[in-house]
Amino acid sequence: MSEQVKFVDEDTDPYATSYDTTEGTVYTVSGGDWDSIKAPSEGKQERVVVNMGPQHPSTHGVLRLILELDGETVTEARCGIGYLHTGIEKNMEYRTWTQGVTYVTRMDYLAPFFNETAYCLGVEKLLGVTDQIPERAMTIRVMMMELNRISSHLVALATGGMELGALTAMTFGFRERELVLDIFEMITGLRMNSAYVRPGGVANDLPEDGERRIRETLPLLKKRMKDTTDLLVDNQIWMGRTVGVGYLDLAGCMALGITGPILRSAGLPHDLRKASPYCGYETYEFDIPTQTTCDAYGRFLIRVAEMAESMRIVEQCLDRLKPGPVMIEDRKVGWPAKLSIGSDGQGNSPEYIKEIMSQSMEALIHHFKLVTEGFRVPAGQVYSAIESPRGELGVHIVSAGGTQPYRVHYRDPSFTNLQSVASMSEGSQIADVVAAVASIDPVMGGVDR
Amino acid sequence: MTDNSLALNAPGPELDVIAVRHGAFGVSGSGDTSGFGGLTEAVAMPGPSAKPYGGWFDEMSEELELAMADRGVVAGAIEKVVVDRGEITFFVRRDQLVGFVQALRDEPGLRFELCLGVSGAHYPLDKGRELHGVYHFRSITHGRQIRVEVTCPDADAKIPSITAVYPTNNWHERETFDFFGIDFTGHPALTRIEMPDDWPGHPQRKDYPLGGIPVVYKGATVPPPDERRSYA
Repeated sequence: MSEQVKFVDEDTDPYATSYDTTEGTVYTVSGGDWDSIKAPSEGKQERVVVNMGPQHPSTHGVLRLILELDGETVTEARCGIGYLHTGIEKNMEYRTWTQGVTYVTRMDYLAPFFNETAYCLGVEKLLGVTDQIPERAMTIRVMMMELNRISSHLVALATGGMELGALTAMTFGFRERELVLDIFEMITGLRMNSAYVRPGGVANDLPEDGERRIRETLPLLKKRMKDTTDLLVDNQIWMGRTVGVGYLDLAGCMALGITGPILRSAGLPHDLRKASPYCGYETYEFDIPTQTTCDAYGRFLIRVAEMAESMRIVEQCLDRLKPGPVMIEDRKVGWPAKLSIGSDGQGNSPEYIKEIMSQSMEALIHHFKLVTEGFRVPAGQVYSAIESPRGELGVHIVSAGGTQPYRVHYRDPSFTNLQSVASMSEGSQIADVVAAVASIDPVMGGVDR
Repeated sequence: MTDNSLALNAPGPELDVIAVRHGAFGVSGSGDTSGFGGLTEAVAMPGPSAKPYGGWFDEMSEELELAMADRGVVAGAIEKVVVDRGEITFFVRRDQLVGFVQALRDEPGLRFELCLGVSGAHYPLDKGRELHGVYHFRSITHGRQIRVEVTCPDADAKIPSITAVYPTNNWHERETFDFFGIDFTGHPALTRIEMPDDWPGHPQRKDYPLGGIPVVYKGATVPPPDERRSYA
């Protein structure tokens, strides 16, 4: 440019700069009044690229959206991820198989029991002990996963509602989630990151009055879930923001590897609980809700319906809970400690400490060996997949015969589903990008791991 | 952990040795009083399987062979088949990978609609095949799930991209490139995805140096995890 016109104030704002590229001058603007920025040279194509995130209230955690705009219309959309990468998979290679549970539970932090169960099913398959897992442990796993599905979907509705301006849905959704988290706290001692599902079973049995307290909570949860969803189902404003928004049909889902509610909103009733059952899901009665609208509203309706189905499964679990062990009989694998929930969370039960410290030397040695060294897993690899609230959660585990995993890889559904942002939002308006991302329901802890 | 004693105890060439264990208790760095410290044991992955594989594996692999012949994928594309723990793994030559997965997706009798991404694994002892790309495929039509494993030498870490057949692998290949340094040739934009763009090295490789920040407390430092005493 021959005559340099100052479009941005480079003297006072160190981030406001301009530089020449082969496509013309590029101006970087951060904040300020748009009117004070004079239009660049006329006649040349003007493109605005907006960085939405990684810190933005409506990008679901630390998701960075890079949007190229033509006025209000999004012409290109790309995702920048990795802001929450913590190297969980690498860390697990230097911990025992049991300690791995403590890591995986932190991946998709809204669905910790799914991460734990997928990992433990894989380890059990590697060990070849899948059919030795006590029935009670499997039933408790199913119950915890389905309660977790409810709490995860509630957060999806709550944050999705908040991002589109329905703040009451947010306060209601998080309030109802507390009911589920209270159950988790009662059983595992922790509201999230419980490390409750362990290779061989679960860490500890339900407390004595646990079953009764869950039964008491369910009617209230059911009633309040209805209140929350009634706020949005058939709500004209909500429908105006979500119907026809974030469209992705079946062919698009298949090409992009999309699973979970997004796939089911395209009409395909694919659910691993039915397609490839684990933990005895084939013995439970439940339906797979589908929609054919391929849009954000359809995904919302599916989540609402899935919560009701999960409630059905939880009730069936409670009915079939029979007294029995919750950890595998095999003493070479099963966690030796008897844990209990104290006022400060999960820990060794006082009776067990008394036994190993003052009664049985062998029990103490056994405890020491298994807790410090851990068990060895024969060399080989498995892929274990379960249906998480967001789709197929797959774990590829490689063992080199040692006490630590050789390689653990999570195929997290949030990671794969996030690839659909471009196809869902290109050509739509900026506000629809928010609705589309909310309908994907990505959890960045799972995306970045 | 490589040494010459491995040659004496190594199993046949068909097995993939992935680790060598010394001693009976996995402890290193302290005096051995047990006398077992001289033991050397090679750990190998499960070896190749012969037909019949059992279950739907046979029907599927017959379909696969026919489809490969129809599509001009050479018969030697499958290096070996491993059936282990109820799962079937096809080891595929990397130059035949794209044609192979095209058959998996398009052949009505196979119909693996869903690619579940590619995961990497680094086996430094598997000479000439150090880096593995591990693909999982699911057929919703037939209710099946298989694994496809592709190897490449560390010196020529290239595997053809299958994003043209399965667009979902776009991010998965970027992730595996980021963590293992496998160059998926033909990928539209193979850049880092989890690590920062200017990050040196590929963290999930077994030879990636650990430790990062030396924490000094009262004159002592905490060693990186792979140098600590452990039972592994």
